[in-house]
Amino acid sequence: MAQRALAIAPGGPAFAAAGLVLLLTLGTLAAVVLRAEWSGGLAAADWAAIRFTVLQALLSAGISVVLAIPVARALARRSFRGRSFLITLLGAPFILPVIVAVLGLLAVFGRGGVLNSAFTWVGLPPVSIFGLQGVVLAHVFFNLPLAIRFILQGWLSIPSERFRLAATLNAPVGRLLEWPMLRAVVPSTFLVIFLICLTSFAVALTLGGGPRATTVELAIYQALRFDFDLGRAALLAVVQFGLCIGAAALVWRLTGRDPVGSGMDRVVQRWDGGHPSADYAWIAATAAFLLIPILMIAVRGVPGLADMPQSIWAATFRSVVVASVSALLCVAMALALSMRGGMVMSVIGVLPLAASSLVVGTGAFLILFPVMQPSGAALPVTMLVNASFALPFALRALGPAVDQVTADYGRLGASLGVTGWRWVRLVVLPRVRKPLGFAAGLAAALSMGDLGVIALFAGQSEETLPLAMYRLMGAYRMETAASAALLLVALSFLMFWLCDTWGRKDADA
Amino acid sequence: MLTLEDLVIAQGDFRLTADITLPAAGITALMGPSGGGKSTLLAAVAGFLTPTAGRILWAGQDLVAHPPGKRPVAILFQDNNLFPHLTAAQNVGLGLRPDLRLSTKQKEQVSRTLQRVGLGGMEDRKPAALSGGQQSRVALARVLVSDRDLVLLDEPFAALGPALKDEMLDLLKETLGGSERTVIMVTHDPDDARRISDQTVLVVEGEVQPPQPTEELLANPPPALSAYLGT
Repeated sequence: MAQRALAIAPGGPAFAAAGLVLLLTLGTLAAVVLRAEWSGGLAAADWAAIRFTVLQALLSAGISVVLAIPVARALARRSFRGRSFLITLLGAPFILPVIVAVLGLLAVFGRGGVLNSAFTWVGLPPVSIFGLQGVVLAHVFFNLPLAIRFILQGWLSIPSERFRLAATLNAPVGRLLEWPMLRAVVPSTFLVIFLICLTSFAVALTLGGGPRATTVELAIYQALRFDFDLGRAALLAVVQFGLCIGAAALVWRLTGRDPVGSGMDRVVQRWDGGHPSADYAWIAATAAFLLIPILMIAVRGVPGLADMPQSIWAATFRSVVVASVSALLCVAMALALSMRGGMVMSVIGVLPLAASSLVVGTGAFLILFPVMQPSGAALPVTMLVNASFALPFALRALGPAVDQVTADYGRLGASLGVTGWRWVRLVVLPRVRKPLGFAAGLAAALSMGDLGVIALFAGQSEETLPLAMYRLMGAYRMETAASAALLLVALSFLMFWLCDTWGRKDADA
Repeated sequence: MLTLEDLVIAQGDFRLTADITLPAAGITALMGPSGGGKSTLLAAVAGFLTPTAGRILWAGQDLVAHPPGKRPVAILFQDNNLFPHLTAAQNVGLGLRPDLRLSTKQKEQVSRTLQRVGLGGMEDRKPAALSGGQQSRVALARVLVSDRDLVLLDEPFAALGPALKDEMLDLLKETLGGSERTVIMVTHDPDDARRISDQTVLVVEGEVQPPQPTEELLANPPPALSAYLGT
């Protein structure tokens, strides 16, 4: 083929972005592997952590998927007021800070929570949210909506003509249409959630702990932070990486779907039975499960909002700066990689999906420790890590748009000499503004709520808002924590909204 | 003067060969059945395809090594000739300066050229606010302001209705026909060729034939052309 590759975009930034991602993922991994204390092998406690990590991820993914099926079916076949709001709401946990949700769940299911108050009132013994059940509960809270969206998409991808045909033939819709769809969609959904739950540090940090409920990531954190046992932390990081890469390889083979996809506005018209009240019960229960914890944050947080300590405001300022920088960096990297295109760049772009922030953090700690006080680099490292962790999602939003611009206008630009930075400034940026704003908003919100690497690095003077919140919770200052949570969630959604709105502003056809 | 010297372009199973010379000024129509290689030829001259062998000579210089933006070529495609987020004046201005940093004098030149194609006062409109015919005029204005002497037209008016298309062809002949530029226009329609071209090049089954006076060629079509025209 004599097709000339249109080298219309500048190449340098793509290589810089690729280099940064490789350094953060594979570079930190190398640091971890080199430093790992292999001689002692894994202790009994380490094996327990591995077992717990896998067990809670299996349970969380299983329960999320099983509950998601009836809810998705109800949403697919019922039309009601607020349906589109509910579907939008199902996308919200993606940018909801984990620590905020945990505090909300504590307000409902915790010791002094709504549920236990009711139990005490009717004379039942209280239930504990800590340990396995708490970790699984929080993971279901986060991933049930994701599972519903995946499976709902599957339901809506069945052409309505088929339902009509099945109705005229009086054929069983379930066996003929729904079962094959579920068999295609459910395994990949399960695996994606399983992978997410393998690497969700903040949930384990807040609701897990103790010998029976410690995940590998939590063990890494404790080895580094409390025991300062670098060799053991590194070894555990290798274990965690092995778990992730195994699950990620499975996901890679089985998926290719878009978790933030749209087009779920329509309702499938059906002629088969199924009583509406059962469907509406599922929908109402899901809405309550997702909304009540968030509302509790608002209820408990508002009173203390006015007199939060000065340190919270300082942490808020740091968080906003970290989130802004990391969002900018993330979209810059995503743009550079997607303009360059090609298989290698797209593989590099999804590499962070398989990385765990604690593994990356441990590696970065090991690299920095000999040369400087790691806490001094807490904020820059957090910015870099957050930017690369949001990169796969930014690429999913931006990549197709950039490809489209190149396909439509690449030749015109090349023939006019609009290449390199001119091409970026005059053509690409204005034309991908909408997905760019969306990606930036996503990256900002994800970074705003992140409680991962920062927990490994930060001292008192580097804490971000989520970390400050966690420390308040640890000190049982729940009122102040709730106020900080309210502030955090408001800022996360505000940043997303600002970026997304910027992207939509005077978008040209 | 454009010389295609022992040119061979291979694309998968398809091979296009050309060994012709076109004069330095005038309009040449490029005719032939679909899949014959017309667009492939233009893509090679514009620099989007690298020939397997041979040279593309313009004023004695081989263009093959130059990237598209560095060739003396202005090209109009079937669609996507304008950037939808830029105004008419900006789209035209790209023909003068690809970084759009236009001087006051250049801005005046853009306005004058828009006036010349009948779009006076429409500088600030974006393509979406222009009709199909007006969009074609903006694209033509960009060709006119540029100092590129080799103009390639890959059926840019195919989407216009017959009357609008004739209007555009007349405007094209009026603005480019009398100039020093070499214009090559792909067309399916013998009437288009008659309307504006001095000579016609047939491209049939991967072979680019030497140019012939359009009237003569259409009056006595060779078998391949008459099969294509259905006459």
